[in-house]
Amino acid sequence: MEVFLVSLLNGLVYGMLLFMLASGLTLILSMMGVLNFAHASAYMLGAYFAFTISQYIGFWPALVLAPLLCGAIGAAIEMYGLRRVHRNGHIAELLFTFGLALIIEKVVQMTWGLIPVPYRIPAGLDFPLFTVYGTQFPAYRAFMLLISALMFGAIWLGLTRTRIGLVIQAALHHPEMVGALGHNVPRVFTTVFAAGTALAGLAGVIGGNYHVTEPAMAFTMGPIVFVVVVFGGLGSLTGCFIASLLMGLIQTFAVVLDYSVADLLKWFGLTVTSATPFHEVLTVPLPRIGALLPYVLLVLILVFKPRGLMGTRDT
Amino acid sequence: MSADATQRAPQGRTLVAAPGSAGLARRAWPWLVAIVAALLLPWLFFDWSTRRHSGFALTMLSEIGLMAIFALSFNMQMGQAGLLSFGHAILFGLGGYCAAHTMNAIKAGAMWLPVELVPLVGGLGGLLFGVLFGYVATKQRATAFAMITMGLGELVAACALMFMGFFGGEGGISTDRVTGTSLFGVSYSSSWQVYCLVVAWTAIAVLLMRLQTQTPLGRMANATRDNFERAQFVGYDPRMVRFCQFALSGFFAGIGGGLYAIVYEIVTFDTVAAAKSATALLAAYIGGAGGFFGPFLGTIVVVLLQSGVSLLSNAWLLYVGVLFIIMVMYAPGGLVGIIAQHAPIARAGRLRELIVPYVRILLPGAFSVFGFVLLVELASFTTIGAAQGKAFKIGPHAVDPATAFPWLLGAAALIGGGLWLRLEARGFRARWDALIADAKAKGVML
Amino acid sequence: MAMRILARAAGVALLACVALAGPATAQGTIKIAYTDPLSGPFAQVGDANLKQMQYILDYINSKGGALGKKFELVPFDNKSQPSDALIALKSATDQNMPFIMQCSGSNIAAALIEAVDKHNSRNPESRIIYVNCGAVATELTNEKCSFWHFRFDAHVAMKAEVMARALPKEVTKVYLLNQDYLFGQSVQRDVKTFLAKLRPDVQVVGDELIPLGKIKDFAPYITKIKASGAQVLITGNWGPDMNLLIKAGIDSGIDLRYYTLYAHIAGGAVAIGPGGDGKVRSVMSFNENVAPEIGNKEAEEWTKAFRDKYPFDFYAAGFRTIFEYLQEATNKAGAVDPLKIALALEGLKHKDFLGYETVMRKDDHQLISEYFVGTFKKGVKYDSEKTGLGWATEATILAKDLEQPTSCKMTRPAK
Repeated sequence: MEVFLVSLLNGLVYGMLLFMLASGLTLILSMMGVLNFAHASAYMLGAYFAFTISQYIGFWPALVLAPLLCGAIGAAIEMYGLRRVHRNGHIAELLFTFGLALIIEKVVQMTWGLIPVPYRIPAGLDFPLFTVYGTQFPAYRAFMLLISALMFGAIWLGLTRTRIGLVIQAALHHPEMVGALGHNVPRVFTTVFAAGTALAGLAGVIGGNYHVTEPAMAFTMGPIVFVVVVFGGLGSLTGCFIASLLMGLIQTFAVVLDYSVADLLKWFGLTVTSATPFHEVLTVPLPRIGALLPYVLLVLILVFKPRGLMGTRDT
Repeated sequence: MSADATQRAPQGRTLVAAPGSAGLARRAWPWLVAIVAALLLPWLFFDWSTRRHSGFALTMLSEIGLMAIFALSFNMQMGQAGLLSFGHAILFGLGGYCAAHTMNAIKAGAMWLPVELVPLVGGLGGLLFGVLFGYVATKQRATAFAMITMGLGELVAACALMFMGFFGGEGGISTDRVTGTSLFGVSYSSSWQVYCLVVAWTAIAVLLMRLQTQTPLGRMANATRDNFERAQFVGYDPRMVRFCQFALSGFFAGIGGGLYAIVYEIVTFDTVAAAKSATALLAAYIGGAGGFFGPFLGTIVVVLLQSGVSLLSNAWLLYVGVLFIIMVMYAPGGLVGIIAQHAPIARAGRLRELIVPYVRILLPGAFSVFGFVLLVELASFTTIGAAQGKAFKIGPHAVDPATAFPWLLGAAALIGGGLWLRLEARGFRARWDALIADAKAKGVML
Repeated sequence: MAMRILARAAGVALLACVALAGPATAQGTIKIAYTDPLSGPFAQVGDANLKQMQYILDYINSKGGALGKKFELVPFDNKSQPSDALIALKSATDQNMPFIMQCSGSNIAAALIEAVDKHNSRNPESRIIYVNCGAVATELTNEKCSFWHFRFDAHVAMKAEVMARALPKEVTKVYLLNQDYLFGQSVQRDVKTFLAKLRPDVQVVGDELIPLGKIKDFAPYITKIKASGAQVLITGNWGPDMNLLIKAGIDSGIDLRYYTLYAHIAGGAVAIGPGGDGKVRSVMSFNENVAPEIGNKEAEEWTKAFRDKYPFDFYAAGFRTIFEYLQEATNKAGAVDPLKIALALEGLKHKDFLGYETVMRKDDHQLISEYFVGTFKKGVKYDSEKTGLGWATEATILAKDLEQPTSCKMTRPAK
């Protein structure tokens, strides 16, 4: 029971962090079809900006300023770069963002150095909130949950209650039609790209001091975010939300379930010995492959339901 | 249009189905020239004082050869069939592992196979896994296909680290190419002999891939890329087309992997990792995915950047990123695309008139590049590269990055060169448009 | 169109650079090729090593170098890929460099050992010695040993023995967590062997392998560890896998001590932070507080000078031992001839700069030297990476206690 509850909490926190990152990417991918390899780089920039700002001003201003900076950079990238590349096709856009990711990583290395920077949890939030069966639950994790929930609420309200939100929703499903109706679609694109990048930056501000802030963090976080976005389905923010939580919980629970395929076979009366072919594969316990399960799920869902969990548009 | 011109390839070269041996000789000579040039190239780096080939040059050239096969096989999916794959390296690497295990088996006496045919084993391994993975991946197309290949790539790469039996874990599978089994009695202990083998296999593989583009499968792959809906009406099952193309590209990737096993005598998990797949993508795109030989050119550029420039500078990744961005924005057709754009002007016989305009852009361009490289190297040196302990050097001159002078020089070169370039570019553009209009008027556009 | 010009210009510039940088620069230096990742995700490792090695070499050169010549370090970025390391090897042998040095990545080391062996047997006129400064898989001086390979860092089995010896008497339950590849599996296996041999009273309550570099959230593992009742966590994790693991553990507030192999390298102190006071231990070849602890003024001055220059610890000061060995062996051989140097190097005894006895064993070319177990705590003379906490030596295991049998059967070259 203890393990279940603690794992549930941990899985939720991790899933919400993934959602913060993935929501921006879903918006960008759904609207513009751009596989944004630089999204995780925005996450990294958010963390580094927050580190520098919190050194001079403080954490709370950084919480607001860093995402704004990331958003501004995103807008600039979209206006001066992506827009020009758009006519050359999706692969060109993808490579553009890929080149961008390389450049950003190098610039970060040159500016802040190669070793991790001491971006710490602010003293005001560094205390255990409550204790679950003897394990402390840090207040900062509750803060993360709070921010991500607020974010989800804000996005949902913004998309469904404001005019620009409705236009964005429409463009999510039928971009050409929205343009034909007279809306300034390029401006909408820029707004969405900037907003998505700002969201990634916010995720970086929150996640950077929870994890370690170093130049490789974009490279390590990148693939899982793509998995979440595609699994959740294009055009659906709710799908993204569910997918993030699902991935977070799966990865967390996989760690505590010490079973392997061989154990399953034992249930059916078949024993696996070292002479059995593929015995190495059959005896692998779940925790060892826990981090790979998202990719397995990705392949499975794409084969059987290519639109993803709740996707409304074809990829 | 001349009577015997059947098709025109995108490069502007005529695929003339001329009858008889005269046509065959005419088509074969570029290939022969290329092979001879490839064999002569290492002699440029021959060290006459010690009478030794440069091992470094031979290895780099062998790397270019086998990576070119890899990039061309990748382009069978991307350029020919419109299938963007993020996990192509798994076919390359798995072919390599098969070849390595085969060579170990030969060495142990468990089987007999001449070393020259080991890449074929790699190819068959790649084909097998191409069939296996292709069955899953080609159920979808476009972005879904790309994501499936990404997932498969991550899975295989992680397995390569975990399972010792086939993959040898972190240490990989090491092997020895000096097995004593050879069709020509060659030992392959020297890099020069290995290089000759690589050249031979590269020629064979490239030729076969080239011929494949002209088979019905190759043509249908192009059709499904260009207009998917319409292609379905032709009658071939597009899923089968994708699947066969994927499997065949796996065969050639596996040949590349087999050659890798022979050249380096060790196959490790990085041969199936995402970084390797990215290399193929970059090579294919930089060279130009539209033309057949584009990936070959691209491979040369990428290998030189990766293994050559990285020896000179810490910031080589930055240059790669900037190169991409510039190419993607201004030259999406890749190097081949750039060359192809000149073809009509060449046909109109007025290529010479571009020399002066080119020089006029070359100069400011060189300044900008110099300024940019200087600034990047200075910045990289002050934060990272000071490790060398040596002073920052441009050729024989030592420069102190702590003073303002080099920074100002770099900035001036970059900005000044950039502004001058913009000025000249306008004149160049005007000249170019005039020449194109002339070519159009003469009717040699296509 | 401008692009084509730029591309051409860049190409010309590149060729010019290559031509200028081309053949061997200064005559009369003994070149050491050094290959490690200097770009990409693991760049911090190679870069930190490079800075430390250059500092040490400057010192060695100031003491005369070897045979009247100075040593020169030539870095090659291998981007964590064996093929690039092999290309670096080719470049090094083309220029007749006598040494190639590599510290990071047992997969690269395995590739290098084989490649050096094959090259030396096929090309006796351009032989090269492989100096291993940090690739610690036990196999490299056992089943995979080679005459041309010299390892200057204790291998996994030796480090596992140090850990088992340093485990306090009151600890009875330990949990093992390692990365799922050759090195991590090696740690897992060897720690269990030595615990069974030296501390049969200790119970291994949990044994875990995690995929390399993939886990972002270690909280579930901490839950499992707590549920098992372990008092000590033994791990060979390095890089983000180590930083995130310890961070998760400290954040959750559970009463656990961490015994690691790599908490002391660049970035570790920052990641652990003040919350780790007294909780983390690491097996290390050196830390900056050893010199003041044993009262060695000269060594302390020397390490302090490095510290004033760079923001990270001088954890690789032990590399000085490597270069002193190379210096002594080259002088003994009388010529920059790899075969002579190798023969001089094996079996060589040397007192390192801290004053301890070390030996380069002839049977397997493994350096046997002293090792320390350090605790990360407040109140030390030299703190790490400006965190206010530093490594204090808790235990010192001497070389003579660390000798382990070897299964190496190396073939010696005929003259």
